[in-house]
Amino acid sequence: MLTFIGLGLFDESDISLKGLEAIRNAELVYAEFYTSSLMGTDLEKMEKLYGKKIRMLSREDVEQQPDWINEAREKDIVFLTGGDSMVSTTHVDLRLRAKELGIETRLIHGASITSAVAGLSGLQNYRFGKSISVPHPYRSRRDVLVITEAPYDTIKLNSELGLHTIVFLDIDKDKGYMTVNRALELLLYVEKQRGEGVMENKIVVGIARAGSEKPLVKAGYAEKLKDFDFGAPLHILVIPGKLHFIEAEALVKLAGGPEELLEDLSQ
Amino acid sequence: MVERVTSLMTNPEKIRNIGIVAHIDHGKTTLSDNLLAGAGMISTELAGRQLFMDSDEEEQARGITIDSSNVSMVHTYGDDDFLINLIDTPGHVDFGGDVTRAMRAVDGAVVVVDAVEGTMPQTETVLRQALREHVKPVLFVNKVDRLINELQVDSQEMQVRLGKVIDHVNKLIKSMNEERYKAGWKVDAANGTVAFGSALYNWAISVPMMQKTGISFGDIYDRCRAEDMKFLGEKCPLHEAVLDMVIRHLPNPLEAQKNRVKTIWHGDENSAIGKSMAKADADGDLAFMVTDISMDPHAGEVATGRLFSGSFTRGMEVYTSGSAKKSRVQQVGIFMGPERLEVERIPAGNIAAVTGLKEAIVGSTITTLSDMIPFESIRHVSEPVVTVAVEAKHTKDLPKLVEVLRQVAKEDPTLQITLDEETGEHLMAGMGELHLEVIAHRIERDKNVEITTSKPIVVYRETVKNKIEPVEGKSPNRHNRFYIYVEPLSSEIVELIKSGDISMRMPELERREKLIEAGMGKDEAKAITAIYGTNVFLDMTRGIQYLNETMELVIDGFEEVMKAGPLSREPVSNVKAVLVDAKLHEDTIHRGPAQVIPAARQAIQAGMLLAEDSLLEPYQKVFVQVPQLNMGGATKEMQGRRGVILNMTTEGDLAIIECRVPVAEMFGFAGEIRSATEGRAMWSTEFGGFDIVPTGLLTDIVAKIRERKGLKKDLPRPTDFIGL
Repeated sequence: MLTFIGLGLFDESDISLKGLEAIRNAELVYAEFYTSSLMGTDLEKMEKLYGKKIRMLSREDVEQQPDWINEAREKDIVFLTGGDSMVSTTHVDLRLRAKELGIETRLIHGASITSAVAGLSGLQNYRFGKSISVPHPYRSRRDVLVITEAPYDTIKLNSELGLHTIVFLDIDKDKGYMTVNRALELLLYVEKQRGEGVMENKIVVGIARAGSEKPLVKAGYAEKLKDFDFGAPLHILVIPGKLHFIEAEALVKLAGGPEELLEDLSQ
Repeated sequence: MVERVTSLMTNPEKIRNIGIVAHIDHGKTTLSDNLLAGAGMISTELAGRQLFMDSDEEEQARGITIDSSNVSMVHTYGDDDFLINLIDTPGHVDFGGDVTRAMRAVDGAVVVVDAVEGTMPQTETVLRQALREHVKPVLFVNKVDRLINELQVDSQEMQVRLGKVIDHVNKLIKSMNEERYKAGWKVDAANGTVAFGSALYNWAISVPMMQKTGISFGDIYDRCRAEDMKFLGEKCPLHEAVLDMVIRHLPNPLEAQKNRVKTIWHGDENSAIGKSMAKADADGDLAFMVTDISMDPHAGEVATGRLFSGSFTRGMEVYTSGSAKKSRVQQVGIFMGPERLEVERIPAGNIAAVTGLKEAIVGSTITTLSDMIPFESIRHVSEPVVTVAVEAKHTKDLPKLVEVLRQVAKEDPTLQITLDEETGEHLMAGMGELHLEVIAHRIERDKNVEITTSKPIVVYRETVKNKIEPVEGKSPNRHNRFYIYVEPLSSEIVELIKSGDISMRMPELERREKLIEAGMGKDEAKAITAIYGTNVFLDMTRGIQYLNETMELVIDGFEEVMKAGPLSREPVSNVKAVLVDAKLHEDTIHRGPAQVIPAARQAIQAGMLLAEDSLLEPYQKVFVQVPQLNMGGATKEMQGRRGVILNMTTEGDLAIIECRVPVAEMFGFAGEIRSATEGRAMWSTEFGGFDIVPTGLLTDIVAKIRERKGLKKDLPRPTDFIGL
C-alpha cells in the first residue's frame, strides 16, 4: 500500500489526525520537499512528532528512479509532501506507476495553498480561472534569456472572462525562492514588451507565509507592491479579475487594498 | 618613423593592410624581414639572417613561423608615403588557424610561391582562406635564382616555368571564386600583379619595374648565372617591387571595406553601424574584431585585430560580444615587429593592439554599441584532430595549470581545452602532433608549469548512417513528450555550414533560399531552428502552445548530444535532428529546464543509436617527394598505414606521391618514413577531411574510447536512454 499524505501549509502540526495515524502505522516513511516545503518546521521536529525516521527523496528519486515504490508491494509505505499531494504537482505519475505495478494507493489530504489563497484574500473560490507559475528566467547556452510569457497569457485569458488567477512562485534548488516582488517585475517586464495592458494599473494580492501564525496579505497596484516588503518565503501571488462587491470589501478591509476599489464598484 | 606612421594612420587612402601567405619554406618570413629592412625598420645585415618576425625562441630554433606577427612600416611610392600594416603568417599545416585569423584583419595578401616547387597543398589552402575572407591576392614568385642555378634551366625555360606558376595560381583562384577572378582578381604579370625575385638576395622585378629600370628577363638570367645578385638588389630592390605592387593593386581600407563588410558581417547594411563600416568612418561607433590575443609580461593580455569603424582611444568603455560586462580600454597601440608602440588614437581602417579588454577572446567583436550584431565567427578550414591529456608534474601546480590552459586557449583558438568530467583530465585538442608539441613546450617554457602529456589520441566524430522513425523522449516527470527523428545531413548542406554560407544569424529568407538551392525541401528549410557544428535541428511542428519558449531548452538538449554523442561521447557531425511533435504540461514549472533538456537529449541519443551511430575518423593528405630509387619504401610505408595513394607523378628523378592516410595511423610517421627512404623523402601534410571508420574496426575503436573515458565498456543501447 502506498499512501500519499499532504502535510498542509506551514509546520509539522498542520497534518490531519488521519495522516498522523497513517505515518505512525507505516513501515517506511518517504518525503519530498522540492515542490513545496514547510517553512515553519524542520526534519527533526517532524520526526519527533511522528516518531518515525523520514527518508528524503530528491527530484531524481521521485521522477527518474522511483524504485522505492516497489517496496509498497510488500509493505505499507507513506509518501509525504507539503500542501495537498496531488495539487500543483506531477505526482499523479507516481500513482499511475504504482497502479501498473499492482500497488494499491490511497490519498490523505492536507490543506492546499489553492484553498488558503481564497480564504486569506476573501476572493471566492468559484471565481478562479487557470493557475500558472512564474519560474526564474532561464539563460540558455547560447546566452538567450528566456522569460516566459505564459503567466501573462494566462492572466489575460482569465481577466477576459473576469476570473482571478493564482500565480505560483518557483522554488528552485539553485536559484532560490521566487518572491512576489520579482514575479511582479517579470510580469511588468512582459507587459512592457507586449503592451497589451494586462498588467497596467492592475490590483494584485501578494500573500506570504500562508498557514503561519501571522500570514501577510496585501492588496495593491502591481507597480507599488513590486517594492513592498513581504518578508520571508513562501510567497504566492493572486491577480484578481472582476470583483464581486464582497470581494472588493474583503480586499480593502482584510488585505489593506486601496479604498477606491469600493468606489469603482458603486459607479 | 613613429610620427610618420601615426600621421598616415588617419588617412585611409594611404593605408594597406596586407598578409603574406605561403606554403611552408617558400620564404614568407625572409620576405617580411627584407621588406622591413627596405623600409628602414631594421638593418639590412640583420634581415634574412635574424628572422626578425620570428620572435619566439621556438620559432627560431625550429626555423619556422608559429604565430602570426604584426608590423607597421612606411613605404614611399611616387611622391607619397604609404602605411603598410603587415601580418606574417605560418605556413605549416598544424598552424593553419593563424592564417585564417590573419585574413580577417587584412584586405590584401601577397601569395609567395617557390619558383622551383610551384604551388603546393598549403598554397591552395591559404589562397582559399584569403578568397573566403574577401582578401585580394597578388603573387610573388620567390627563389628564381634557384631555378636558374640549381635546376640549370635556360632563359627560355625559365620564362616557361614562371608562366606555369602563374597559370596554376590563376587556375586555383578561378576554381575557388570565379566571380572574383572575372572581376579582376586574376594575377597577371603584364598588369603588374605578379613580381619575381629572390627574397633571400633581396631583389625582385615586375613588369612595371622592368619598364622603370630597363632590366629585362635576360639581364636577370645573366646576373643570376654570374652570381651577381648584388647588382640586382641595387637596381631592383625587393621592397620596392613588392610594396609598389601592394600599393598599386591591393585595396586601401576604404575600397576594401565597402565590399568586405558583407562577407564578414551579416547585420543590416543600412543601419548606422553598417554604413559606418562600409566607409571606414573614424567618427562612427566602434566596431573592432579581435584576431589575436597575446601576453605582454607588463601590460597583460594584448588584443590585436582590425578596426572597421570608429576610433580607439584610451579610457573608452566598450562592449564585448557574448558578455554583458563593459571593459575599459587601457592602452592603444600598433605593432612594430615585436615592439608595441602606444599612440593616442587609432582610427578605423587600421590594425590595432589594445589592452584592457578583459572579456575578449579571439573572434570577439568589440563595440561601443550595446546591441551590435557580432562579426561572423572566424572559420577554420581545418579542425582539431589530435588530443593529448595534460597533467601537472607537481600537484601543487594544478591551479596554475588550469589558468595557463585557459590562457593558451585564449591565445590560440584552434586549440580546444576541455575538462573530461568523467576522468578529471584536462584535454588539449589541436591540429596535429606538432601543434600540440609546440603548445606543450610553450606551457613549460613561458608559463613555467612543468607538465606531462599523454600519448596523442585521435579525435573522432559520431555520425548516423540511416533515417529512423520518430523516437519518443519523455521528461523525468513524464508529463512532457517530444517526438524526434534523426537522419544524415546531406553533404551539400554540411558544405554550406562549413563554408559559413549559412548561419542562424543571417536573415531567415536568405538562409532559406540557400538551403533550398542546396536541395533541402522548402518546409524543412523554413524549420531550421539551430545549427551546432555541422548538425542542424529542425522544428517541424505547428501551433503547439508554449513550444516557442520551450524551444531554447530543447536546443540545449540537442547541443548537449552534439557535443558528445551517445556511442562514445565524441563530438557529433553531419546529423539532422527533426522535432515532429511535442506534448507539454500546462504549467511552466513542470516543463522547465530539468524536464525538457533531458527529454530532448534522450530522444536524440536513442534516435542516433537506432540510426546506426558510427564514427568518422580524420584523415591527412600526405605529400611525399622522394627520389624514384626510394619510392618503393615510401609507398610501402603509406600502404602499411591504411593509406590510399591518390596520385603519383614524376619530375626528373623525383617521384611525387599524394595520398590520404587516417590520422590514427600517422603517429610516428616522421621517423619511419626517414628510415624507409634513407632520409631522402621530403613530406608535408594537410587536413584531409573525415571518413567513416571501416565497420570491422568500429566496435574495437569505440570500446577503446569508452574505456579511456571511464564509460561502461559495453556498447550503449537505445534502451539505455529511453523506455521502448
